[in-house]
Amino acid sequence: MSSKYKKSLLVCNGSSCQKAMNIDLVQHINDKLKEYGLDNEINAILSVCFNKCSIGPNIIVHPDNVEYSTVTKDDIDDIIIEHLLNNRIVDRLVYNEINEISGTSKKQYRIVLRNCGFIDPENIEDYIELKGYDALAKCLTEYTPVETIQEIIKSGLRGRGGGGFSTGLKWEITSKSEADQKYVVCNADEGDPGAFMDRSVLEGDPHSVIEAMAICGYAIGANKGIVYIRAEYPLAIKRLKIAIDQAREYGLIGKKIFGTDFNFEIELKYGAGAFVCGEETALIQSMEGLRGEPTLKPPFPSVSGYLGKPTNVNNVETFANIPAIINKGSEWFSSIGTEKSKGTKVFALAGKINNVGLIEVPMGTTLREVIYDIGGGIVNDKKFKAAQTGGPSGGCLTEKDLDLPIDFDSLSAAGSMMGSGGMIIMDEDDCMVAMARFYLEFTVEESCGKCAPCRIGNKRLHEMLIKLCDDKGTLEDIDLLRNLSVVVKDTSLCGLGQTSPNPILSTMKNFYDEYHAHVVDHKCPSGQCTSFLKYYIDREHCIGCLVCARNCPTNAIFGEKKKLHIINHEICIKCGICMDKCKFDAVYLN
Amino acid sequence: MGIVKTVEDLNKIRNSIKEKNKKLFSKNGNAKLIDIKIGMATCGIASGAKGVMDFLIEELPKRNINAKVKQTGCMGYCYAEPTIAITLPNQNPIVFGYVDLKKADEIIEKFIKKGELVDGIIPINYELAT
Ligand SMILES: Cc1cc2nc3c(=O)[nH]c(=O)nc-3n(C[C@H](O)[C@H](O)[C@H](O)COP(=O)(O)O)c2cc1C
Ligand code: SF4
Ligand code: SF4
Ligand code: FES
Repeated sequence: MSSKYKKSLLVCNGSSCQKAMNIDLVQHINDKLKEYGLDNEINAILSVCFNKCSIGPNIIVHPDNVEYSTVTKDDIDDIIIEHLLNNRIVDRLVYNEINEISGTSKKQYRIVLRNCGFIDPENIEDYIELKGYDALAKCLTEYTPVETIQEIIKSGLRGRGGGGFSTGLKWEITSKSEADQKYVVCNADEGDPGAFMDRSVLEGDPHSVIEAMAICGYAIGANKGIVYIRAEYPLAIKRLKIAIDQAREYGLIGKKIFGTDFNFEIELKYGAGAFVCGEETALIQSMEGLRGEPTLKPPFPSVSGYLGKPTNVNNVETFANIPAIINKGSEWFSSIGTEKSKGTKVFALAGKINNVGLIEVPMGTTLREVIYDIGGGIVNDKKFKAAQTGGPSGGCLTEKDLDLPIDFDSLSAAGSMMGSGGMIIMDEDDCMVAMARFYLEFTVEESCGKCAPCRIGNKRLHEMLIKLCDDKGTLEDIDLLRNLSVVVKDTSLCGLGQTSPNPILSTMKNFYDEYHAHVVDHKCPSGQCTSFLKYYIDREHCIGCLVCARNCPTNAIFGEKKKLHIINHEICIKCGICMDKCKFDAVYLN
Repeated sequence: MGIVKTVEDLNKIRNSIKEKNKKLFSKNGNAKLIDIKIGMATCGIASGAKGVMDFLIEELPKRNINAKVKQTGCMGYCYAEPTIAITLPNQNPIVFGYVDLKKADEIIEKFIKKGELVDGIIPINYELAT
C-alpha cells in the first residue's frame, strides 16, 4: 500500500531533544505544512532517540534519510522551502561528522549483535541465510588449525569476559597442550549485577556461539564443547538447546562436519548463579560436580582444566566475534578500535541514564559519546557524577574521564576496568560511599569462603561502610578501610577477592570529600544516606497537641500544651513514630 | 532438507532459503507477505512483547493482512520495549518502539494498511557489520 504521505518528518521524542526544543515541534511543523498547502502529502511525527542527543533537537526526513540537527522553530521554513519544495538539502543543519573509528556517522557498530533482532533464534535457516556456518566451513576446508589460530591472533581480539587476554594466544596455548582429550568451554555465567550482554547474545543469536565453539574446537584439537550457563537464564537455555539440536540435525555439529574428519559435540551444564563460578577455575570445579571454589593458577585451564584436560575457556561475547572475524578477515577486524583493543564492546547501560539498554560501540568511543549521544543523557537532566564499569570488580569513572576513549588499557589506567560490560551511570543524587557499600554487600554474599582475606576481610570492609553510612564512622575507619582494602586485594586467592575492594579504593580516590563529609561533617552530601536525616517539628504547623510527645518511645520530645514542641536529637532514635502520629504534618525529615 | 555434508550443501540450502523468502516477501513474489519481527528476548517479554505478538497473530488474518510474524532476540532498545520491525514488500524495515496493544492496532490500521508512518519510530542508530 503506498502512503498518501510522500514524506514524513520524524521529530526526535527523546528527552534530550525534547528538552532542547522546548516547544511542540511536531505541531509547529504540521501547522507550517498546512500553511504551505503540503499537509496532505507530508506529515510530522514523533520518533524515538536517534543517538545524537548532544546535537539535538534532531529530525529526519523520511524516506530521504536526511538528518537535521540543532533544529529550531525558525529553521522549519528553510527545511520546507529548500528541502521539501526544492529538493535541496539544508547543509547548515547537517552534522554528519564521520566517526573515524567505525568509518560511519553512526556511533554504534554491531559485530557481536549483528544478528540479534534480525533472525529468529529458534530457526537455523534464518542464521544460515545470513552467512551462518560459512566461517566454520571456511576454517574446515581452507584453513589448517594453525592458520585459524593465526587469523584470530592477527585480529587482535581480546577476551570479553573481563580479563582481556588475547583470544588467539589462549587458543594457541591450548592447541599446544598435548592430550588425548581437550575441551572448549563457553562461559555464560554472567554474574555481574546489572549485566545482560551474554544473555542477549544467547537469546538472540545462539548459533553464532555454537559455530564459534566448533571453530575453536577445530583450532585447538577438541571435539567436545560445554556451555556453562546459569540456570536463571531459562530462555537462553531453551534457545541454545533448540539451536544445538538444529545444528546437529543439519550436520553442522556432530560427526564428519562438512565431510572432514572433524567431529564436534556440544552439551550444556548449569550453574546455580554464584558469582564466583564465573571465574574459570571455579567454573571448572563446578562443572566437575565439586564446590564452585577457585583453584590456584598455574596450572591454567589451557594446560589442565576440565577433568584435568586442556580446556579453552572463553566468554560468550568473545565467541560471538569469531564467525565475523573469519568471514570478514582479521585485517578488517583489526582496523576497528584502538591500537591495543580491537573491535567493539557491548555494554549494558543502566542506572540514571535515559536510554537504558544494550549498546555496541567500537573500542575507543568516549564515555561522553556513550552517555550523551547513545545513552540520551542523564535522567531529568541531573549532573553526571560517575560511571561504574567492571561491576563489583571495577571502579568508577568520573567527569574528568568523559573524553577518555574507552578501551581495556585506558580504563585500567583510569583506575577502573573494562569488565564484562556492565555500565552503571550515577548522578548527583547518588552517594559514592553507599555505592561502595552496595558492591561490598554483593561480594560478601558471593565470596566462596575458601580463603580468609576475602571471607573475613570483605565482611569487615562491608561493616565499616555500613558504619559510615549510618553516621557512626570515624576518620580512623577511613584509614582502616583503605589499609584493609589493600590487604584483601593482595592476599586473596582468586580474582573475586583480588578485585572486590576496588569500588572502595576508586571511590575513595575520586570522592574522598564524600567519605570525609560522612565522618567529619556528619553529612551525606548527596542526601542518599537517610541516617543523616533528622526529625524536626515545624513551628508553623505544630499546634502543641502533645500527641507526638506522648507516643515517643524515648521521651525525646519536649513542649507544653498548645506550644511548639521540639525534638532532642541526642535522645531521638529516629523511629518515625512522631511523624506517623502527628495529625498536622508538623514533623518532617531534613 | 538434507544433512549438510559439504560446503556446497550449505550454499544450496542458503540459496533455497533465499529463493523461498523472495517468493514470500518480495513485491513480485506470489505471496507478498509483510515481514514482522518482534523483539522477544527476556527484556521484551518482560515488557509485554508476547501479548503484542499474540495480538498480531490473531488480528492480522482477521483484517485480511498477509504477514509472517516472527520472534527475534533483543534489538537493543530496552528503554523502548516492546519493539517490532516491519518490512513492507520491497521497502526498508521500519522499527517501532513502545508498542502496546493500542499502538499495535494503530500500526496495523495506519502503517500496514495505508503506509503512513506513526509516532514511535526508532531510527536505525547503528552501522551493521554484514
Ligand atoms: C569473580 C570472577 C567472576 C567472573 N565471572 C565471569 C563471567 O561471568 N563470565 C565470563 O565470561 N568471565 C568471567 N570471569 C572471567 C573468567 O575467569 C575468564 O577469564 C573468562 O571466562 C575467559 O574468557 P575470555 O578470555 O573470553 O574473556 C570472572 C572472573 C572472576 C575473577
Ligand atoms: S578470593 Fe574469595 S571467592 Fe576467591 S577463593 Fe578466596 S574466598 Fe573464594
Ligand atoms: S522519631 Fe521516634 S524517637 Fe525521635 S522524636 Fe520522633 S517518636 Fe521520638
Ligand atoms: S537524539 Fe534526540 S534524544 Fe537522543
